[in-house]
Amino acid sequence: MPHLENMVLCRESQVSTLQSLFGERHHFSFPSIFIYGHTASGKTYVTQTLLKSLELPHVFVNCVECFTLRLLLEQILNKLNHLSSSEGECSTQITCETFNDFVRLFKQITKAESLKDQTVYIVLDKAEYLRDMEANLLPGFLRLQELTDRNVTVIFLSEIVWEKFRPNTGCFEPFVLYFPDYSIGNLQKILSHDHPPEYSADFYAAYINILLGVFYTVCRDLKELRHLAVLNFPKYCEPVVKGEASERDTRKLWRNIEPHLKKAMQTVYLREISSSQWEKLQKDDTDPGQLKGLSAYTQVELPYYSKFILIAAYLASYNPARTDRRFFLKHHGKIKKTNFLKKHEKITSLVTLQLLTLVGHDDQLDGPKYKCTVSLDFIRAIARTVNFDIIKYLYDFL
Amino acid sequence: MATSSVSKGCFVFKPNFKKRKISVPIEDYFNKGKNESEDSKLRFETYQLIWQQMKSETERLQEELNKNLFDSLIEFLQKSHSVFQKNSRDWGCQIKLREIPTAALVLGVNVTDHDLTFRSLTEVLQNNVTPYVVSLQAKDCPDTKHFLQKLASQLMDCNVDVQSKEKESVQVTQKKIYYSMDSLSTWYMNVTQKTDPKIPRKKRTPSSQWQSPPVVLILKDMESFTTKVLQDFIIISSQHLHEFPLILIFGIATSPIVVHRLLPHAVSSLLCIELFQSLSCKEHLTTVLDKLLLTTQFPFKLSEKVLQVLTNIFLYHDFSIQNFIKGLQLSLLEHFYSQPLSVLCCNLPEAKRRINFLSDNQCENIRRLPSFRRYVEKQASEKQVALLTNERFLKEETQSLLENLHVYHTNYFLVLRCLHQFTSSLPKYPLGRQIRELYCTCLEKNILDSEEYASALQLLRMLAKDELMAMLQKCFKVFKSSSEKQLGNTAKRIEEFLAQFQSLDAAALGPMSAEPVQDERASLLDWRGMSVRKCHPMVPGAPSRSRAGIIALWCICRTTEAKEEEEDTSESQSKGLQKTDLYHLQKSLLEMKELRRTSKRQTKFEVLREQLVSFIDSLVREYLLLPETQPLHEVLYFSAAHTLRQHLNAAPRIALHTALNNPYYYLKNEALRSEEGCIPNVAPDICIAYKLHLECSRLINLVDWSEAFATVVTAAEKMDANSVTSEERTEIIQYPLKSILQCPSKHTE
Repeated sequence: MPHLENMVLCRESQVSTLQSLFGERHHFSFPSIFIYGHTASGKTYVTQTLLKSLELPHVFVNCVECFTLRLLLEQILNKLNHLSSSEGECSTQITCETFNDFVRLFKQITKAESLKDQTVYIVLDKAEYLRDMEANLLPGFLRLQELTDRNVTVIFLSEIVWEKFRPNTGCFEPFVLYFPDYSIGNLQKILSHDHPPEYSADFYAAYINILLGVFYTVCRDLKELRHLAVLNFPKYCEPVVKGEASERDTRKLWRNIEPHLKKAMQTVYLREISSSQWEKLQKDDTDPGQLKGLSAYTQVELPYYSKFILIAAYLASYNPARTDRRFFLKHHGKIKKTNFLKKHEKITSLVTLQLLTLVGHDDQLDGPKYKCTVSLDFIRAIARTVNFDIIKYLYDFL
Repeated sequence: MATSSVSKGCFVFKPNFKKRKISVPIEDYFNKGKNESEDSKLRFETYQLIWQQMKSETERLQEELNKNLFDSLIEFLQKSHSVFQKNSRDWGCQIKLREIPTAALVLGVNVTDHDLTFRSLTEVLQNNVTPYVVSLQAKDCPDTKHFLQKLASQLMDCNVDVQSKEKESVQVTQKKIYYSMDSLSTWYMNVTQKTDPKIPRKKRTPSSQWQSPPVVLILKDMESFTTKVLQDFIIISSQHLHEFPLILIFGIATSPIVVHRLLPHAVSSLLCIELFQSLSCKEHLTTVLDKLLLTTQFPFKLSEKVLQVLTNIFLYHDFSIQNFIKGLQLSLLEHFYSQPLSVLCCNLPEAKRRINFLSDNQCENIRRLPSFRRYVEKQASEKQVALLTNERFLKEETQSLLENLHVYHTNYFLVLRCLHQFTSSLPKYPLGRQIRELYCTCLEKNILDSEEYASALQLLRMLAKDELMAMLQKCFKVFKSSSEKQLGNTAKRIEEFLAQFQSLDAAALGPMSAEPVQDERASLLDWRGMSVRKCHPMVPGAPSRSRAGIIALWCICRTTEAKEEEEDTSESQSKGLQKTDLYHLQKSLLEMKELRRTSKRQTKFEVLREQLVSFIDSLVREYLLLPETQPLHEVLYFSAAHTLRQHLNAAPRIALHTALNNPYYYLKNEALRSEEGCIPNVAPDICIAYKLHLECSRLINLVDWSEAFATVVTAAEKMDANSVTSEERTEIIQYPLKSILQCPSKHTE
């Protein structure tokens, strides 16, 4: 299959392993296959392309979406049902509440002519979510072939190693397949692959080379890199479009794009500035420094007494109780005693703002305990606005 | 009671409560059980009228203030959605990540005001962008399941509103299924495709120009959502983005960093976040005050204390505009309720008309007003007699006094604004940065006596020409914008000043050009002097007028680096002198200035500046008088700050304790009046139970408590202990246990 090699780059060994596992259409395959690897290492893409191009009957389910057992099972069954029945006669929704029902219904559905005598694949993407569901689910899926007595293979895709899945009651061991991270060469090859039609492949490859030079140290996520490549490509082309440089004038192009990419690393990559804002800046050719990122807005305006409550909470959260005497006797009279009206109200509002959190149990009615969750920088900024030198009262700074 | 049942058995009959609705017309509450002569009904109506006007004004203000924010939000939504729609075959768009357009809306910590903002936002979006606007709160969404369920049910409700209601029954049955994103997107496809061919729809919003309007989801309190729910939802919906065009709006109370705190990079990279910031609530307050109180549009005014209470609650406690307006409403209500003469608190022509119909009692009320008494005392004796005896004469006089009061206010606010223009940008803001601070100062005491005012004038005398010109311009605008012709003369004066300053400019181009330049430098040096003084409060100054001292001070003025040098020269001077404080240094600086002025001929600019300052001073002297000096000010000013504080700083626990401990306080039933320590038998059961429970210390013996309760209650019914059947008695004894459930139990205290 020459076209498969064109579609799946740098995953030759994994593809051939999977292909040999799958065997012929009517062969029984391994009951369960566990594929793991980092984000954007091609797990989903490879599996999906393989199953599609081989035209194998398969069901693809994302476990994040199916947050309950029922949703998961129903989705599998409905999709299967859709596969088995020919076009037009789309039968009614199947309801299925338990795994037991699932096995029964699964047997029923796979009796259909179109699914007979060939392996049916169930792919569970983001399989780590299965761990939080019912305990019988994972072992059940692992030996689904045995339970249903049908030619079925379940493929799990996950970012987590198999050891963290294994239930302590023991289970059927799946075939474990690891997708290693792409090397820089791989990334270069894959990213260069999707070059825009109006420019030559070499030109784009040179651009990708520069891009990887800047970003490879911080980001190896293929998706993110690809996104960044597209975002910044217009800037790279700019001298060429304007006629200031030719496509081969790599040095000039590099000088043009490199600082731009570095800026991108501090802004768009961290999502301080959104991609659309970045594109707009690029188009208008303005300095990104003018646009403040999300983290630039750290100031929080609080009512006067709330500030004091927050400061007090911070001190109480970070100073050992035994040091209270020491701090507050020595500087006696420095903190003016204010009559805190609406104290409870204010504490609850600080809790809703997530500046304080409740610790201990909810049912403790008298004397609920709170902890201050703000950072030192934040509290210092607050303290400064009310002219309170908080460092003086902090145990850690003695 | 009968049943339709044929079988024998026990049947529960719910008591058939038919509550008599005791409806007292609201205005009767204004009566205080006294005679009609105090126009209680009229007062109530006036109150309602004024409140309606104020309310609509605040709503208008709110709309205006939100307009900018909403406009930019709408623009963002439309833009990001149109990108969506452009089913582009463009190379970039195919490869780029599909990000969910997200607006991070920073609204400030006054969470109580947010609801209103979100409500109007929803309305605006529904009218301009899309019918599908859903808002969720964190407390409704403890997990992904509930999140999606809430989203789905609200979305379908949106749809019902737009479409005909016939499909309602279908949707009700749908509500029972679990919702997944899958089902939502199929629903969305169905709806958008279905409604498309049906062109005759009543509400054709501009959104219908799009084939598929976006779904806008507002998360009202971003901070309170759990990370997992948000994360999962964003991951799920980003996978369905191509068939379910979602746009998120995050309502953020603290700071936008919370987005990064809640969402890891893998998730936040799925969003295309843009930031929108609403007006700060302090500015909002300023506008509200400006439009409601610093105006002659509404006759009702607050005294300094009341204003202080309201602004303090705002600044120190909650930052909530809603609460501030509620407080204002309460003061309005309280004013009309407690002050019989508030019937005259309306627009001038109406008030004049009402004066003619005042009863004798009301006339007597006028005579009793302290401000009016003071006024009478100042009159000639025959007029005094006439005022005190002749109703007709009194009414005429009241009319003219009221008119004066209105004129006073017109002038007052104009001059106040004018003064604010001059003082709001002075260094260190001696009279405050906000006009409300200035207003408070002016209400509190005679501003002429205040030190801040003196120092403000002093600072004004040091300003450079362009600064003064800018202030004058602004001031001129204030006078021009007011329709009143009262202070037309003043406006003219200001215009003249402006012209004169400009002519100085023209003169500067001539042969005398050196002078103004020198001026500028002089005033610049003055400024330097001020700032240096701030830096070196301990610089030994020489309060003598000796030449060397002046030189020393000049040195300070000129440069901060010349510290050493200056100390050399001045130390010899100040050996015997005490170390001076700020005050002395300032004084010496002023003296030095005086000296310079006398020694040197004043420039034209300085003369003009002096004239201007004294002109402002004269304005203040004439118009910014204390309201208490005005006769009949009680009619318009609400001053019962204490009552207001009591109402607004409510202590619910104390109120509850009072109600239970001393029911007479609220019920006003004579039978309940009791001496200290004694439990009235006729008190409500819960009060008896509560009082008995107070008598025990921390640990309570339930049996004793019940017994004691039974004793008190049976005594109340004047029953012989013997005549009470044991069943009844157990029932009574059990009562405290039931009332425990209603009682604010001890452990919550």
